[in-house]
Amino acid sequence: MGRNLLKKTWIAGLALALIAGAALTGCGNGTDGGNGGDGGDALSGTVVIAGSTSVQPLSEELAEAFSDVNGDITVEVQGGGSGQGIKSIEDKIADLGALSREVKEEEKALIAAETVIAKDGVAVVVNPDCGVSDLTLEQIRKIYTGEITNWSEVGGNDAPIVVVTREEGSGTRGAFTEITKVLSKDEAGNEIDGTTTNAIVQGSTGAVKQTVASTPDSIGYISLGALDDTVKALNVEGVAPSNDTVLSGDYKISRPFIYVSGEEVSPAAQAFLDFVLSDEGQAIVAQEFIPVN
Amino acid sequence: MKTYEKVIEKMILLCAVAATLSVALITVFIFQSGLPVMADYGVFDFIAGTTWKPTNGQYGIFPLIAGTLSVTLGALAIGIPTGIACAVFLAEILPPKPARLFKSAIELLAGIPSVVYGFFGLVVLVPAIRNYILPVFQIFDPDITTTGFSILAGAVILAIMILPTIVSMSENAIAAVPAEYKEASLALGANKRETITKVLIPAAKSGIISSVILGMGRAIGETMAVLLITGNMAVIPGSVLDSVATLTGTIAMEMSYASPTHQQALFAVGIVLFVIIMLLNLTAQLTVKRLGGEGK
Repeated sequence: MGRNLLKKTWIAGLALALIAGAALTGCGNGTDGGNGGDGGDALSGTVVIAGSTSVQPLSEELAEAFSDVNGDITVEVQGGGSGQGIKSIEDKIADLGALSREVKEEEKALIAAETVIAKDGVAVVVNPDCGVSDLTLEQIRKIYTGEITNWSEVGGNDAPIVVVTREEGSGTRGAFTEITKVLSKDEAGNEIDGTTTNAIVQGSTGAVKQTVASTPDSIGYISLGALDDTVKALNVEGVAPSNDTVLSGDYKISRPFIYVSGEEVSPAAQAFLDFVLSDEGQAIVAQEFIPVN
Repeated sequence: MKTYEKVIEKMILLCAVAATLSVALITVFIFQSGLPVMADYGVFDFIAGTTWKPTNGQYGIFPLIAGTLSVTLGALAIGIPTGIACAVFLAEILPPKPARLFKSAIELLAGIPSVVYGFFGLVVLVPAIRNYILPVFQIFDPDITTTGFSILAGAVILAIMILPTIVSMSENAIAAVPAEYKEASLALGANKRETITKVLIPAAKSGIISSVILGMGRAIGETMAVLLITGNMAVIPGSVLDSVATLTGTIAMEMSYASPTHQQALFAVGIVLFVIIMLLNLTAQLTVKRLGGEGK
């Protein structure tokens, strides 16, 4: 009897786990999402945003603030990368596509409109004791690919350069390596990240900043919004990083955050776009990035 | 009464099944997610490859394995002697009252979040290694340099983190040795040092080894603290002052943004970590069985 009971409970437990497993998988698949609102007077419905993982945290914060004022509209934010942002508009599986780079020429035909919602700058920072205060993009590229390994080669003291970088896959690393051309393409069109293996890798902006601040002769890069005076920001091509120089385009290591949309924009999605460009939305942008309005 | 007991029994059984099943499910999930990429890339190339550059499609994790093992061994080399010495001191040398104070202080170490250890390492230990330890090494090898982000930094922090485990378990084991052993040893004319090294420690051996195994498990699996202070450079280290990347650190750091293949490769790293920990546990358990058998 006892054994029989044991057996039964075993089976019950197993069944339970299987059901739980199935439910979990079900969740993973249910991402097609509702498209647009019903277009009534009182706005309601779902806005789906898909695309760049760099824009994702900002989109999520904007979505949260937006939901506070427009409780009936649900904003769903998904990742996938900038390419996915274009593709989801082309395939009509999202209302807005998010990009953390300019829209390419060949992509312009696939979308109807693009809206720049913010700018993101990457500051190249060095230890405050470093004698160098100006580098060109080419010099930065050579430092990060390991061609230049001593500060004396770029006009500094005779000391080995300690290179600090972000982890593979990080959005900041993506922007930095793409703009400085540390990231290149081989003949087959595959992207090759040329960052030297002799670089210290840190997993967050804060850790990079702390490392550069405390390690003599080190160089790193952080999002412009996180810049403070524990580290020294370098001029790139003679231009100091600031909100103004990023907006004017003079500071080279910067990128736009863009929402793209298709022919038909649902009223709910339009309301969200308007909110993002409003003072309130741009104030949220300003917490970490550079507002455009 | 009878039905009441039955219900309780079933509930307890359900809990046991849930715990066991979650282990099984996690195992299946990790292997299912990681194996395809491992098979595609070639198991040998994956484990013995020396280049880890996921963006470029290169998934050789040998530097990561070397990093994890070197940091763990370093932590054990520092932590075991310190921990056992501390346990002996607390159990045999210090009077009970101050011993209780020391013991609770050491146990408090276990309550500090690991990211705090990491941050402490980042702002205190890493510069200290660069400024004070490096000159000592340079006496022997003038060419050696370090940024401070090193195996040594990771090993020292991990050693501190595994101390509570080793100390409290070893201390319990030593205290549990029957008083007759000690009395007999002293009665035979052995002095205190001889009694400790020749009678008490051998008698408490299996408890001490268990504490070391648990400590090792924590050291190998520890992520946040190590992540901040070893430099995460996926290269094979040449000295204890070189930077390394660990298996756990790499998974934690790269998982959040990874592309699908990269993510699967990280699961494959998880498989390797899983297998390493299983192997270590198995060896350790066998050792305990053998030593414990002859110790008593």
